[in-house]
Amino acid sequence: MAHDSPLSLKYFYIYNSSYGQKEGEEAQKILYYYPTKTDLDSQIKNVGLTEAIIKFTETFNCNQQCESLHTQKTRQLYYQPEDGFWMVLVLTVPTATKTKEGIDHLEYQSDEVQDNIYWAVLKQAYRSFQLFNGSFSNILDSEKDPTKLRYKLDHFFAKYLIKLKPQHADILDVFHGIQFLPLDKKTFLHVQTLVNLLECSFPKVRHTAFLYNDQLVWSGLEPDDMQAMYRYLITSLLPAQMETELQGGPMPRQSAAFSALHFGSRFVSGPSNLQGDDVGKIPKVYLKNDDGPVICHLVIYRALNATVCLFIDEAVSLEMDFFQRLDIFLGHRLTSLGSEIAEQFNHSVASAASAESGAKFVYFNQLNRAQKSTIHLDNRKSGNISVPVDVLRILADVNADFMERKPTTGETIVKTMNDFWVVGKLSNLREFYVVIHHKNANLIEINEEVKKLCDSQFKSIFFNE
Amino acid sequence: MEASVDEYYLELSSSVVKFDSVSKVTNVFFDDTNKQVFAVRSGGVMGVVVKGPTAATTTDFCMEDKGPVVSIKFSPDQKVLAIQRSKSSVEFINFLTGEMDNVEYSQSCKGKNHIILGFLWTNTREILFVTDHGVELFQVVPEKKCLKVQKTFSLSVNWFVYCPQTCLVLLSSGTLGNQMYPLHIKGGNINKLSRFDVEIPAVPKPPKLCLFERDITLAVLYNEASIIILRHNPRGAGSPGAEVVVYTLVKMMTAKKTHVLRVDLSGRFAINVVDNLIIVHHQASKKSLMFDIAMNGETDGTVTYHQPVVGLQPIKPFTLSLPAVPSPVHTEPTQVHCELYSPNWVVFQPNIIIDAKLGCLWTITLNLQPLLTMIHDKCILVDFLMKRSDSKPVVIQVLQEVLEPTTQNCSHLVVVAELFDHLNEVYRSFLQSELQCHVATPASSSLSVSPSKLQQVLPKPCIVIDQSDMYTNVFSKFVDRARESEEGTGKFEVWVLLEYIRSLTDYHIPVQHYLYELLINSLVQHEAYYQLHQLLQYHVVSDSKPLACLLLSLESLYPAAHQLALDMLKRLSTANEEIIEVLLSKQQILPALRFVHSVGSVDQVSARKFLDAAKATGDPNVFIGVFKFFEQRNLRLKGTTSFAKGEHCDIYVKHFQSLCSGPVQ
Repeated sequence: MAHDSPLSLKYFYIYNSSYGQKEGEEAQKILYYYPTKTDLDSQIKNVGLTEAIIKFTETFNCNQQCESLHTQKTRQLYYQPEDGFWMVLVLTVPTATKTKEGIDHLEYQSDEVQDNIYWAVLKQAYRSFQLFNGSFSNILDSEKDPTKLRYKLDHFFAKYLIKLKPQHADILDVFHGIQFLPLDKKTFLHVQTLVNLLECSFPKVRHTAFLYNDQLVWSGLEPDDMQAMYRYLITSLLPAQMETELQGGPMPRQSAAFSALHFGSRFVSGPSNLQGDDVGKIPKVYLKNDDGPVICHLVIYRALNATVCLFIDEAVSLEMDFFQRLDIFLGHRLTSLGSEIAEQFNHSVASAASAESGAKFVYFNQLNRAQKSTIHLDNRKSGNISVPVDVLRILADVNADFMERKPTTGETIVKTMNDFWVVGKLSNLREFYVVIHHKNANLIEINEEVKKLCDSQFKSIFFNE
Repeated sequence: MEASVDEYYLELSSSVVKFDSVSKVTNVFFDDTNKQVFAVRSGGVMGVVVKGPTAATTTDFCMEDKGPVVSIKFSPDQKVLAIQRSKSSVEFINFLTGEMDNVEYSQSCKGKNHIILGFLWTNTREILFVTDHGVELFQVVPEKKCLKVQKTFSLSVNWFVYCPQTCLVLLSSGTLGNQMYPLHIKGGNINKLSRFDVEIPAVPKPPKLCLFERDITLAVLYNEASIIILRHNPRGAGSPGAEVVVYTLVKMMTAKKTHVLRVDLSGRFAINVVDNLIIVHHQASKKSLMFDIAMNGETDGTVTYHQPVVGLQPIKPFTLSLPAVPSPVHTEPTQVHCELYSPNWVVFQPNIIIDAKLGCLWTITLNLQPLLTMIHDKCILVDFLMKRSDSKPVVIQVLQEVLEPTTQNCSHLVVVAELFDHLNEVYRSFLQSELQCHVATPASSSLSVSPSKLQQVLPKPCIVIDQSDMYTNVFSKFVDRARESEEGTGKFEVWVLLEYIRSLTDYHIPVQHYLYELLINSLVQHEAYYQLHQLLQYHVVSDSKPLACLLLSLESLYPAAHQLALDMLKRLSTANEEIIEVLLSKQQILPALRFVHSVGSVDQVSARKFLDAAKATGDPNVFIGVFKFFEQRNLRLKGTTSFAKGEHCDIYVKHFQSLCSGPVQ
């Protein structure tokens, strides 16, 4: 369906209503506003309107705050991550020209903007900021003055919003899940013990995460932090890194590894030259903890598609010597482990390809945040999908229905006008959505097919059918 | 005092065999086959005192003096005594009844003008004469007081060495004495093994004998007959000093040079073999070196070059308490400090030291405890200890020390990993040999089991540290400790456990459930739930009902444990009953029924259990649904909707009626 104007980001702003209480000082409420060029008057007006809506809706239900506002041309999502701080996402509703009785007229496709998806997008934006900067109030705490917070927000969101791609947001944003690499017990234990060895040889390392390509193998972080971290690695850091690696030569994987070997460093964050003095720019991350955030340096090391993320206590000052020792320790170990995983990975890819059937699915486990999708052809949020967008949207609708009714088990079957069947299943806190394109099929056949898929995918788990 | 005791790893046995020391009238002989010391006074007239390791081998008698005794030895069963007094014959005296027979009988060697270099009892009634022209094997017939020649073998012989354990005789031939002829005496036969030449570092001019009997030791090392040769290298700049060369007779076939031990000293040496270790005593420094040919060393493919496992260390000082001299004043026994490495020492194989002047015989023994501090590399230490006999408690002690969560140990997980691999390599080969035995024995005994296969099975590893040893002696201590200490060590314990499980998995050894249980408990104790989740997700922990139950019990601490437990029960495929129970306990009545349906056991489940759970939910719709479901079942199975009496469902029928009548009123 061709859109005249696609779904796009209109505004994104963050404010705190407790600031600028006096008349004429309303501008102080605003901590961040996108687009930055918006004139202050419009900023104040929009923020004021949002404040008013939230206040107004509170009179009906003070226990649950307003989450979204639908207008003909826009969709507004409200999220209050911390007391008094509101984040607002305003999207333009896509339009399409329809011909009715010979006259063209513009129609707003309001159904195409799904609240649960964009609310999740908004929440993710906060989690990402929090991961690298800590919470809003913590930034304030040092000097009650929001200047620093404004600066940090500006610095962070200027880059973040460019990569937001709201038009490609879908059910996976709702899940915000992690893809785990399927591995056998032996290889997994090798990864696990390498991580242990590393943490024990370098006691400064607090936590470690291990990825292969864009799939997680081991996380020493808590799931909440890992989710945000994983998102960051997959969508921004690793793609950029792979691009630079790919410039190495015509045989990307091999030559990338070798070039890294010869040109000094495999540190993605850290020194680019182990012989030099410059340890490079090392980002800091704020990990959740019961008693305030724990701040860590994030050092990332890569070899043969294996990525090791090290979370090192902030208090430790990182010297060149540390990176050199780390390189010596990890270098050959990670290379051999990487090739061990590669062997198994290629094997499993080969066997998975042969078992490919017509049905596509998305799976998510709420408990360990594991997700898997055969609908999405890559992990980069580029809109590269194997089913039509409108079908994919149904998944998010089914999910929204499950989340609202909160059954322990459930099943929803939807058939579209163009012969797509969408089956959503919920059992034991796991969600499973199947898309089948099948002309002239009946409910029994579809049920049979889903059952077959369940049998092949869920051999080892309890998934109520 | 305790500390000083532990400084010496070599000791002389506390039980000493005392005998009359060598003097003008007393000659002393040692028979290394029977381990007997003969003290012959005045050629036997004044008595012959025989002392052996047991009462049966200790005796005394008198015999006529027919000239100086050259050699004297009992047959292995102590029934015949052989005495050599001349160069060409050996005399025999029967002790068939235990009492000495009056008549001696004699056997001279077959070759005229041949000189008997020595004789050996190779069997109860079998004796081998070694002459300067070869060997002659006789059968002894004490009843007829005669000997029958069995086999002979001619060779110009310089000297010979014998190993009673293997019945191997090594003859030296050639001008230099370096041509070695190993003979295996077995079942009345002389089995000639292939000859080999020992390299001589510098051939003297004119050529003369330069390899001597004293430089050769025959021993059994790790179940293989070995020839240990001491090689004195000429002094000089760049000279490596003395070396010990070990030839191994693989399966009693051909001798091959396999090991060179770097002694790197010069002077007088003596060699003992204790517990498959080669001990090289060095007289000048009054210290000993220890080598183990099973340890790794530099190798050129055929020969391995070894450094000593432990550097120069003295034997533990020995104090001999002499019986009290009958005197009115001194009634205390006198204490005599024995001189160690004395020039009067004579060393016999495998582990005997005799001080001829003091009149003492000791065996040399190994004390493993001091080695714990002498060998610093823990992997080498454990490898070494694993090959010793009765070393299990010491190995466990080492493991306990290494796995103590001190800061130093915590940074040495690499060593722990390697250590576990070493332990489990032995464990694996032990399990394999167990399996082979198991496969080999139940078959009918006549079934041909090739001897080579049997031999592979036989040399079992000295000791095996299995999972239960590790659990009871090492890992279970973690639990106690974790209760005491508050934090910090927790990660180390989990790491160690995972490393152990990793090692077992690498060696394809099935892991016992108690290790998993411990792992889960350790993770729970340190609240590493997400880590636990990932381990379960990758099936690191093998499924079992007890573990599933453990997980169920963790639900209050970590809600996801419930899902993990259900998954595990599902995988077990024998736990459908448990799955139903779990679901019902969660008031998931309909999912439980659906599960029953999917596993096809609808006709077997108890209606009462479901109805009871459904009633407990308080949801009338659920109850009515379940009730109707079972009514349908009744109809299908019995043709009527009513429940059988044995099902005890009356109260539910009433409940159903009350629910149905409710809305009408």
